[in-house]
Amino acid sequence: MSYTQIAVMAVLAAVCFDRLILKTSLITRKAFWTSYAIILPFQLLTNWWLTSRSIVQYKSSTIVGWRIASAPVEDLFFGFALILGVLSLWVHWGKEKQK
Amino acid sequence: MSHFGYLAMLGFTVLGSFWLEIVLRVNVLRRIRRAMKSILPVAFIFILWDGYAISRGHWAFDAHQIMGRFGPLRIPLEEYLFFIVVPLAAIMTMEAVRRVKGHWVVGDEPIQ
Repeated sequence: MSYTQIAVMAVLAAVCFDRLILKTSLITRKAFWTSYAIILPFQLLTNWWLTSRSIVQYKSSTIVGWRIASAPVEDLFFGFALILGVLSLWVHWGKEKQK
Repeated sequence: MSHFGYLAMLGFTVLGSFWLEIVLRVNVLRRIRRAMKSILPVAFIFILWDGYAISRGHWAFDAHQIMGRFGPLRIPLEEYLFFIVVPLAAIMTMEAVRRVKGHWVVGDEPIQ
């Protein structure tokens, strides 16, 4: 599977995890999207550092080739899935404590 | 080229987020067990992905810009740190938003 395919699957999996499995529904919360809006510029900045200096290099056949701030667009999917997955679990454990 | 090129990015992420622990008292480090219970299962899956991607050559790291220490699946130490530091920063960010916007529902509020 290409990076593109895995990255799209990861986002879908994270959304299912949030909406259907944990039922935290963070993707419906203003607090989540505001947090993501704060995180995103930092992701673009740190990703730019890693990619523009070639600290991380990507095989061109595994990505679609669209780049944002020098990083492949797939990295945004990767980051979103990572953050949504972790924050959903964070809220889930917080809910558990309230029970 | 410095062997700390990747590590510098992690340091920047720590600097950019951990102050929230002190200034806004987000109390994420003080709830490190809950944080780790949230980070480790997700990080585990991403590390498997990382290992697969490295083995298939999807991405590679410049040997001159990493410290050169590797963990399981031939993943550089920096990547392992990434999967701890970045999620911690994300949790701190959301807790900071909650601090500032106290009336916004996150979903784990105590039942009144």
